[in-house]
Amino acid sequence: MSGGSLSVPLRPFEAVGRGVTGLLESLGRFGTFFAEALATMVTPPFKFRAFIDRVHYIGFRSLLIIILTGAFTGMVLGLQIFFTLSRFGSEAFLGPAVALSLIRELGPVLSALMVTGRAGSALTAEIGIMRITEQIDALTVMALSPQRYLVIPSILAGVVTFPLMTALFDVVGIFGGYLVGVELLGLSRGTYFGEMQTLVRMNDIMTGFWKSIAFGVVVTWVCTYKGFHVGHGAEGVARATTQAVVLSSVLILVWDYFMGSVLP
Amino acid sequence: MIAVRGLRKAFGSQQVLRGVDLEVPTGTITIIIGRSGGGKSVFLRHLIGLLRPDSGTIAVDGMEITRLRGRALDAVRERYGVVFQGGALFDSMTCGDNVAFPLREKKKVTADEVARRVEEALEQVGLAGVGRKYPAEISGGMRKRVAIARALVTEPEIVFFDEPTTGLDPVLVNAIHSVITDLHQKFHFTAVMVSHEIPEIFRIADRVAMLHEGRIAAVGTPEEIQASANPVVARFIRGEPDESA
Repeated sequence: MSGGSLSVPLRPFEAVGRGVTGLLESLGRFGTFFAEALATMVTPPFKFRAFIDRVHYIGFRSLLIIILTGAFTGMVLGLQIFFTLSRFGSEAFLGPAVALSLIRELGPVLSALMVTGRAGSALTAEIGIMRITEQIDALTVMALSPQRYLVIPSILAGVVTFPLMTALFDVVGIFGGYLVGVELLGLSRGTYFGEMQTLVRMNDIMTGFWKSIAFGVVVTWVCTYKGFHVGHGAEGVARATTQAVVLSSVLILVWDYFMGSVLP
Repeated sequence: MIAVRGLRKAFGSQQVLRGVDLEVPTGTITIIIGRSGGGKSVFLRHLIGLLRPDSGTIAVDGMEITRLRGRALDAVRERYGVVFQGGALFDSMTCGDNVAFPLREKKKVTADEVARRVEEALEQVGLAGVGRKYPAEISGGMRKRVAIARALVTEPEIVFFDEPTTGLDPVLVNAIHSVITDLHQKFHFTAVMVSHEIPEIFRIADRVAMLHEGRIAAVGTPEEIQASANPVVARFIRGEPDESA
């Protein structure tokens, strides 16, 4: 029904209705896109080379940023937590405090945010450019599934690389905390690592692991979806890239809360 | 034969196709002309299954394709070759890999056979030796010829060309048209081409159809179209504006 057919007082309701139906339609497309990817994933052939390319693109090329942010996050944690604990005379717990913060929360979340900024945005831009230059249509009319070549390798690469990068972030962060706590502030090495071994449990590590896998799926799903459904021209690609980064980041934080409250 | 009946398509309130009826006989070159923004590319995207009509049918050798999905639609597309307006070459691959791509992915052929057919396809479009270059390293005209080589390397039965000469100088336009007619004589595919190149297209077309305001205004041999008494067709061929313009 056109807007002109409603009386003026009813038009705000029509606008709200249109917004809600538009949102539901988008959510439906978003879900259908993932369902189609899953359905394609379980049918051969598997594009192993495309998968390896994506592992390199998402994982290997993000290593530097992960090491840098991991190191400085660990150092900041070491510094702040040391001064907080020293007020209670509990500096001995610096190691486990740094490790638990990193392993349960900051490692998965910050590494996912960093990879979103570096690789997720590039993924959206690359697929978006392929869309507007009809390269995706070219795949389709060759009777080849664009999902198989572009989406599935990216999602699987996310599942594989995010936990690895999270693990790297955690390890580098723990050594960053060590550098500040032990080398700069004088805590003993044995205390830092000894208490960590006592207090960090397998559950904590698995919580971070499951989170990182979930973030790997969320980020690659959102970024490939936005690339596939890009608007027109360079402006459309730019908008899709921004939306992909913002939506991925928000979903990482929201999903982190839900998983944090569900997982032990 | 491709038979289109009553094809309609609207985007929101904009009615682009208002009941297109057209037959494309097997083995012919049929060229669709019409004003820019008149729905030619939209019509072509229906033929290749990238858009679904609101109503109407498209039958390829008797098989109705507008309701097909998934593997059934892919089976029809296996018979197609498509040359997109901008070429749609994969920019992360060399020209040779672009041409080889459908062979490697769709046909069970050896690496030696792929290499031989790629070189042959590039030679047929006058680009022998450019296989190692990337699309960004060659000119627009060369890119279009690589796209033609990629579309034809699998020897499709039906080839669609979406404005294959847009943006090229007259010499290149004639060169591309020569490539298409040479390959058509060699492979006898059915060709559907959208083009603005008047009068050049009259030299290569078997049939010309004019799409105007979402319908086929006229269809016939190049001679029939050039002699058409339909004022819309006559004005378009002479390059005169519509009365409605």
